[in-house]
Amino acid sequence: MYKIIDKKVLNSTVEQMTILAPYVARKCEPGQFIILRVNEDGERIPLTIVDYDRDEESVTIIYQVVGYSTRQLSKKEIGDHVEDFVGPLGQPTHLQKHKRVLGIGGGVGIAPLYPQLKKLHEMGVEVDVILGGRSDEFIILEDEVKAFAENVYFATNDGSRGKEGFVTDVLKELLDEGNVYDEIIAIGPLVMMKAVVDVTKPLGIATGVSLNPVMIDGTGMCGGCRVTVGGETKFACVDGPDFDGLLVDFDECLRRQNMYKEEEHACRVGLGGENYA
Amino acid sequence: MPNMSTVKVGMPEQDAKVRVQNFEEVALGYSLEQAIEEAERCLNCKHKPCMKGCPVNVPIPEFITQVKEGNIEEAYRIITSENGLPAICGRVCPQESQCEGLCVRAKKGEPVGIGRLERFVADYQMAKGQKIDIDITKNGDKVAVVGAGPAGLSCAADLAKYGYEVTVFEALHTPGGVLMYGIPEFRLPKKLVEEEISNLKDLGVKIEKNVVVGRSITIDELIEEEGYKAVFVGTGAGLPRFMRIDGENLNGVYTANEFLTRSNLMKAYSFPKTPTPVKVGENVAVVGGGNVAMDAARTAQRLGAKNVYIVYRRSMEELPARAEEVEHAKEEGIIFKLLNNPTRIIGEEGKVVGMECIQMELGEPDDSGRRRPVPIEDSNFILDVDTVVIAIGQTPNPLIRQTTEGLDVTKWGGIIVTDETMETSIENVYAGGDVVTGAATVILAMGAGKTAAKAIYEKLNK
Repeated sequence: MYKIIDKKVLNSTVEQMTILAPYVARKCEPGQFIILRVNEDGERIPLTIVDYDRDEESVTIIYQVVGYSTRQLSKKEIGDHVEDFVGPLGQPTHLQKHKRVLGIGGGVGIAPLYPQLKKLHEMGVEVDVILGGRSDEFIILEDEVKAFAENVYFATNDGSRGKEGFVTDVLKELLDEGNVYDEIIAIGPLVMMKAVVDVTKPLGIATGVSLNPVMIDGTGMCGGCRVTVGGETKFACVDGPDFDGLLVDFDECLRRQNMYKEEEHACRVGLGGENYA
Repeated sequence: MPNMSTVKVGMPEQDAKVRVQNFEEVALGYSLEQAIEEAERCLNCKHKPCMKGCPVNVPIPEFITQVKEGNIEEAYRIITSENGLPAICGRVCPQESQCEGLCVRAKKGEPVGIGRLERFVADYQMAKGQKIDIDITKNGDKVAVVGAGPAGLSCAADLAKYGYEVTVFEALHTPGGVLMYGIPEFRLPKKLVEEEISNLKDLGVKIEKNVVVGRSITIDELIEEEGYKAVFVGTGAGLPRFMRIDGENLNGVYTANEFLTRSNLMKAYSFPKTPTPVKVGENVAVVGGGNVAMDAARTAQRLGAKNVYIVYRRSMEELPARAEEVEHAKEEGIIFKLLNNPTRIIGEEGKVVGMECIQMELGEPDDSGRRRPVPIEDSNFILDVDTVVIAIGQTPNPLIRQTTEGLDVTKWGGIIVTDETMETSIENVYAGGDVVTGAATVILAMGAGKTAAKAIYEKLNK
C-alpha cells in the first residue's frame, strides 16, 4: 500500500497527487512512468511521473479523470492509500545538452513535459515553451514552467488564453519569425503530436514525442503497447515511452489507442486526454 | 494384491458443453476412495523409475504407499519435503513425459496416475486446512530472489528451509508469475496458487510486490547496498515473439501474454464487473501449438467466440502441447488447422478481417529433430477471423540483462549458467527457469530453483 501525502485539484478534470513510493522516488528520471492500481482488482493505469523528492521518497503524478479507474483514484484523499505503485518504468529521456529547445505541451501532456524541460534547463539549455489546452482552465503547471523558461507562449481552442487555435499555429509563427531550435519536444494527445511532426518533419527539426499506448504490465511482457517506429515494432513500455517523433507511425498509434473505446477503457488516461484536440 | 487394472481410475470432469460456459476447473479431482483405488495400482518398485523423471525428486512410491494406507497427511509431508507447490504440479506438470512416462505400469496399459494422486493429496490437505510445521534454524544471511514464479518460489522455499532470510521481488502486483497471469483458472484455480504461496510465507519468505528489478533496483544494488549475500534470478520468459508478418499490429491481434494476462490476472472474463476488458470476436485464430496456445484457444471459446482455430505449421504428432490439454480442447470444440502457416493478417480500417495462411507439408528433420514444415506452393487461403492471438513462444525479459553489467547471455537473451550450480558469470548471482532455458515447464523451472538454492547454501557455507 502506498500513502497519498498530497493532493491538488488543478482544474475540473485534472488532479495531482504525491505518493510515498521509495523504490520509484530513489531511481526515477525524467521521461519515466509508473503503473498504479487504485484498489484490489483494479486496472493497471500507466501515469507519468511529474516530479519526485528523493529525500521524502515521494513521487508526484498528474492524471485526468476520464474513466472508471481514474474516477476511483480521484475519490482518494490525503492520508488514503493506493493498492499498487510500481516503477520507475520505461527509459529515461535521452536529454542532450543543446543550445535551445522548444517544449510543446498539450493538456495533461504538460505534466510529462515539465520534468524534461526542467532537467534541460538545469543542464544549461535555453528553453522556450508552448502550453496548450482547450481553454485557459486546462493549462496546467504554468508557474512551474515559467520558473525556468525563457519564453512561454499559449494557445487555446477558444482563445481564452494566448492564441486562439492550436499549439501548431504558435509553432509555425515562431519558426516563421526565424527562431531556431535544436530540438522540439512535444507531448500531448496523439493528434497534437502528429500535427507538430507534420510541421517539423519537412523542416528536418528533431522532434521528440512521448507515447502512451494501451499497456498492461509495463515490463515488456504483454506487447500491448507496441508501436511502429522507423518501420520497426517497439514496445513503448521498455523501448520508450519517448521516441523520435519523425519516425513514429501515428496513424497506427491512434488506431490502437482506440481499440477499447467502446469499453470506455481508461488506459488512455494521462496523455490521450479529451480536453485538448 | 495390487490393483491390476490397465487403466487409471477415471478423473471426474465437468462436461464439455457445460464447461465452455464457465471458467471453473475442468478436472474435478479424485475422492479419497478413488485415490486409494488408484494408489493401489502402484507396484512400489524398488528401483523407483518414476523418480528419475521428476525434476524435483518427489519420493513418489513412498507418498503413494501412504495414500494406499489412507495416511494422507503423511503423504503430504513426504511430497512437500521436496515440492512446495504440489497442488500446482499435480495439475500442470507434463507427467506423461516425466514420472508417469517412466512408470512400469505404462508398459502394459496406463501408468499410475501420479499427477492425479499428488493433486489429490495437496487438495485434501488444503481442504482440511492442516499445515505441516517445519523447524527452521535461521542463519542470519539474506538472499534475494527475483521473480515470484515457479523457479523463484521453489528456490525461495528451499533457501528458507536452509535458514536464510529470503526476500522475493516481484514486478507484478501478485506473486505467482505464469501461474497467475498465464495459466487459466479452468486449468489451475488461482485460489490454490495463493494458498501454496501462503505456505511459503509461513516459512518466513518475504514477498515484495511491485518491484521491477532492473528498474526499481538493480542486482548490483541488492548485493552492494542491500546486503544480500546471493541473488537468484528467475524472471522467466515473458517477452512475446512475433511472426514478423504484415498486419501484426492491427487492432484485434493479441500476443498470448496480453490475452491471457487480461483474462487471468486482470479477470477480464468478469468485465464489466472488473475494470479491465478483453476483446474476443466471433472467429478467433490462435497461432501456435503449445500449452499456451491451447490455453488461449480455450479461453477465447469461454469468452464467447463462435469458432476458435488452432493454426499450427506442423502436424498433430509434433504438437508440443500436453496430450490432455489437446484432448480437452478438442472436446470443447476447438478447430485444429494443422499444417498451416500464417503469411499475413488482413485488416480493414485497422481491424483484423482475415488471416492468410499457406498449407505446409513435412520435409526432412531439422535441427530440432522434428520434420521441417515446407510450404506447398499456391496453397494460400484466407481464414475468416476477426481476432488473432499469437502464441508462438517467448524469450527472456531483457530488463535484467540490460541493467546488469558483466552478466553473460546467449544470443537469444537467455542467461548463461553453469549446469551444476546455476551460477551466472557474476559471482553469487544465480539464475534458473525460463530465463535460462527459454520457455519450458513449471516443474523444470522449479527444479532449477531447487538446484540453485542448494548451490547457494553450499557456497555460502564453505
